[in-house]
Amino acid sequence: MNLTLEIWRQKSNSEKGALETYPISEVSEDMSFLEMLDVLNEELIEKGIDPVAFDHDCREGICGMCSLYINGEAHGPDRRVTTCQLHMRKFKDGDTIFIEPFRANAFPVVKDLVVDRSAFDRIQQAGGFVSVNTSGNTQDANTIPIPKDDADTAFDAATCIGCGACVASCKNSSAMLFVSAKVSQFSLLPQGKVEAKERVINMVNKMDEEGFGNCTNTGACEVECPKGISLDNISRMNREFITANVKK
Amino acid sequence: MSKSTFYTSIGYKILMALSGLFLMFFLLQHLVINSLSVISPDAFNEASHFMGTNPLVQFLLQPVLIFGVVFHFIMGFFLDLKNRKSRSINYAYNKPSANSSWVSRNMIISGLTVLAFLGIHFVDFWIPEISTKYIQGDMSGMHNGEFRYFHELHEKFAAMPRVIAYIIAFIFLSLHLLHGFQSSFQSVGVSTSKTRMTFYKFGNIFAIIVPTGFILIALFHFITQH
Amino acid sequence: MASLNSGVPNGELKDKWTQYKDSIDLVNPANKRNIDVIVVGTGLAGGSASATLAELGYNVKAFCYQDSPRRAHSIAAQGGINAAKNYQGDGDSTYRLFYDTVKGGDYRSREANVYRLAEVSTNIIDQCVAQGVPFARDYGGLLDNRSFGGVLVSRTFYAKGQTGQQLLLGAYSAMNRQIARGKIQMHNRHEMLDVVVVDGKARGIIARNLITGEIEKHSAHAVVIASGGYGNVYFLSTNAMGSNTTAAWKIHKKGAYFANPCYTQIHPTCIPRSGDYQSKLTLMSESLRNDGRIWVPKNMEDVKALRAGTLKATEISEENRDYYLERRYPAFGNLVPRDVASRAAKERCDEGYGVNKTGEAVYLDFSSAITRYGKEQVLLQGEDANDNNLIKKMGQEIIKSKYGNLFQMYEKIVDENPYEMPMMIYPAVHYTMGGIWVDYNLMTTVPGLYAIGEANFSDHGSNRLGASALMQGLADGYFVLPYTIGDYLSDDIRTGPISTETPEFIKAEDDVKNTLSQLLGNTGTHTVDYYHKKLGKIMWDKCGMARTEPGLKEAIKEIKELREDFWKNVKVPGELNELNKELEKAGRVADFLELGELFAKDALTRNESCGGHFREEYATKEGEAKRDDKNFNFVSAWEYKGEPSDAKLHKEKLEFDNIEVKERSYK
Repeated sequence: MNLTLEIWRQKSNSEKGALETYPISEVSEDMSFLEMLDVLNEELIEKGIDPVAFDHDCREGICGMCSLYINGEAHGPDRRVTTCQLHMRKFKDGDTIFIEPFRANAFPVVKDLVVDRSAFDRIQQAGGFVSVNTSGNTQDANTIPIPKDDADTAFDAATCIGCGACVASCKNSSAMLFVSAKVSQFSLLPQGKVEAKERVINMVNKMDEEGFGNCTNTGACEVECPKGISLDNISRMNREFITANVKK
Repeated sequence: MSKSTFYTSIGYKILMALSGLFLMFFLLQHLVINSLSVISPDAFNEASHFMGTNPLVQFLLQPVLIFGVVFHFIMGFFLDLKNRKSRSINYAYNKPSANSSWVSRNMIISGLTVLAFLGIHFVDFWIPEISTKYIQGDMSGMHNGEFRYFHELHEKFAAMPRVIAYIIAFIFLSLHLLHGFQSSFQSVGVSTSKTRMTFYKFGNIFAIIVPTGFILIALFHFITQH
Repeated sequence: MASLNSGVPNGELKDKWTQYKDSIDLVNPANKRNIDVIVVGTGLAGGSASATLAELGYNVKAFCYQDSPRRAHSIAAQGGINAAKNYQGDGDSTYRLFYDTVKGGDYRSREANVYRLAEVSTNIIDQCVAQGVPFARDYGGLLDNRSFGGVLVSRTFYAKGQTGQQLLLGAYSAMNRQIARGKIQMHNRHEMLDVVVVDGKARGIIARNLITGEIEKHSAHAVVIASGGYGNVYFLSTNAMGSNTTAAWKIHKKGAYFANPCYTQIHPTCIPRSGDYQSKLTLMSESLRNDGRIWVPKNMEDVKALRAGTLKATEISEENRDYYLERRYPAFGNLVPRDVASRAAKERCDEGYGVNKTGEAVYLDFSSAITRYGKEQVLLQGEDANDNNLIKKMGQEIIKSKYGNLFQMYEKIVDENPYEMPMMIYPAVHYTMGGIWVDYNLMTTVPGLYAIGEANFSDHGSNRLGASALMQGLADGYFVLPYTIGDYLSDDIRTGPISTETPEFIKAEDDVKNTLSQLLGNTGTHTVDYYHKKLGKIMWDKCGMARTEPGLKEAIKEIKELREDFWKNVKVPGELNELNKELEKAGRVADFLELGELFAKDALTRNESCGGHFREEYATKEGEAKRDDKNFNFVSAWEYKGEPSDAKLHKEKLEFDNIEVKERSYK
């Protein structure tokens, strides 16, 4: 099929960007979206045009590196997929496809479609861990039984890949789904409960400091999340936050 | 809780939710009293007089209510502005309808409409009421020998444009509540995987029944005098 | 040919590690504060090593090319992690895990290292649970286990199909704790482009800031390479797009020996290629072979009709199907080890029986399992035992509960419903057992330079068992390296800060800059991917699942020519001082073009078949691998001498005192 691509081009963070139009032909339905961009880039290089920079790595939907806003949605029109898992069969011949970077002030553009998501790392550094030394001399793994439901819910929260689709989709650029996933994972496990209060307060403060917006519960994040992280986590984080402050 | 607790994104969101919940409670009691006007003018007069003259209601609940309203909308503006600022460059092509409802994204629009209505409502009822009671000093609630409340209400709905304005406002109130109700429970952290859908359904019922009630009352008074 | 000393301590196998730890030199806490360690790579090995070293008190400088340490490719591991916990009470023990690993590796690994790995495996699970890793649990709240290929016990701990992700996030969280304390300086989006050796010791690295393009000098008292494997030398693999050999290859060029480059694991169950534009291959977990039966048509007419689209797989009758694994290996059937299953698929496809358009796919069919489970369910629930639709429906539900996420992944990629049609699969490059040679301390042949995780030649011999890669990465990083590195650093307590303004640093920096300018200044005609794809094709055709002497000789020649052409005709757009993904790729492919040749040379030298290395000349009459323990019971460690073809072979003789060396048979 033949397509028209409207791609955000921006030389660097300090320069202004704009959409540029690139036609592309003979796109196979079986291609992944990123393979289609690979083909475009090969053509651009041959024509002497700077190829489009975009982030990607594992190309199997787990590393969280790919981050494109395609036709008005984070990771494009398909559900429960990352950009690398999106296939061209979701589009049809003659379509115009808009490709933009994930936008939020907390995610400054580095170049073209590449953004800086290190704010997420800094939030995790503020408390997204259990303070246990890695000596291996902890107690035996089976000493504390954990109810299966809690372990499963903690796992579901822990599957967040940190891609930032939640922030990109949220009209307020809020990072609450991301932060709440980590807060939830630990607050559900006995190992994480010990530091639960400090964790939620520190992580929320850091999140605010990084310039993410406020959550207004539109639920866009949950819909666009490639891993289906639930809104329940946000409610749980709010609860944790209140309890942490009341008991402080 | 320390002062800094509320100066956080979650703090704001909790305050927004609490003030919203309070206002929803107020709406409910307002509807109950108003519906008396359909059933029994006397009962309505009694209730109105009580609410209008009871010192506890007047000097404690009323200021709290005013504060709640003002707080809710100032906070709403503040947060909306702040949220807009968190993305300085917008998407050239965005499709928010794919992942969220119009009502959830446009609380500021429905909120502003309701606020505009509150302006009319104050001019219609509250200001005359305050003026009668506290400027003219007439705390009797009487006019021509009987309670004035029912008549005042009834007469306000004689004019078609006002009724239409009221109806539009309540439609927007409904839109506001469709998101606001369940959102408040999410914000204060009481909704869980098991209860979220219940709050959602209950919220939809509340958001439809309460504004519809107000609309029907307005229509009742309009129709019964034409 | 010189011989190599692995430095394995004396004593009983089971006491070696404990006794060794008791006897090595330590660095006192006050002195650790004055010692810097560089760690390159933040996967399971690098991430866990960084966290532990920082916790011990060293100043760690960690580097990764991704935008966050959490994205290293360890994250993609699906199945699980082995540990000899014996929670199931099924007779597991440290010795049994050791035995299975050595046997699975076709007796080409170092006994003492493997035993240590098995020994610390239990600590890993304790550690991860303490960190909040949400492993799967049973209804009693205790940890659950599953079984994996090639072993007789259930010792695999897992977190659904995302074990690697959960373990990596655990290591990442341990790192975050240290980054917050200022003990780890994290350098995201940085690529190591050379190691700096001063007075024979590794003292730093040259790295490129991938955002600004700046070339930076970083010094330390020791350098740890944890940069993963080199599977991307094949262009198409299950590795991440960015996975590369650059760090490993650069240290090889500065004196670290490269061991067994030809040992590659080709995983039998991956989604086949769909076209020339394909950028990577996706793995489907080995666990699918528990319920899937592998087959191709018996008759060539059926194959032709399948390819022409006039026949569907489900229309081929039972007697016209060739369940070749069950036919050839009646004892193990569809559950033969990875290397055997992969070769058998290739054999059928080479004979022309491949079932898709490219001729490179076989069926993995769940219909028998669906019927079997369905019948069971129908009986259990007291439904009509003759209702075939109901049987199918209930059977599909059981399959869904076991493999739902994998089936969904398959459907997204192939756009075919695997519950109705058999899956198509084909082997793909997955893991490299070869890597930088290290001694018992995990130190390379350059003092102060260490290699851990998949980057070293590892504990897996010539074939790795499932769920062992995660175990090795974390064992090296959490529990081995942090001890052994102290033995070396104890001599460095008086060294003080290391200057980056010495001639060695400046020269290394200049060399890196020159290479990069050369790539950018080339006014060539072909893109980097053009060369990478060509290299991949040579590697796959001639150094893939089956290798021959003439093929390997051709490969050596062709890779050399391709490399020369690359340096003349490659076209790299953009500039040095900006984010330039093509330049990054160019540097990596340049290194693959050298490694590929050494790979072929190593394969040519090893005149035997073992594990992932299969030479057609060294096979039994039935086409099975034939090991030569008399002549090849050693590790090949290659010393860089200029061109890959000039590399000098060093041998480390393998001793097996605690295990009987036998032939692997799955008949």
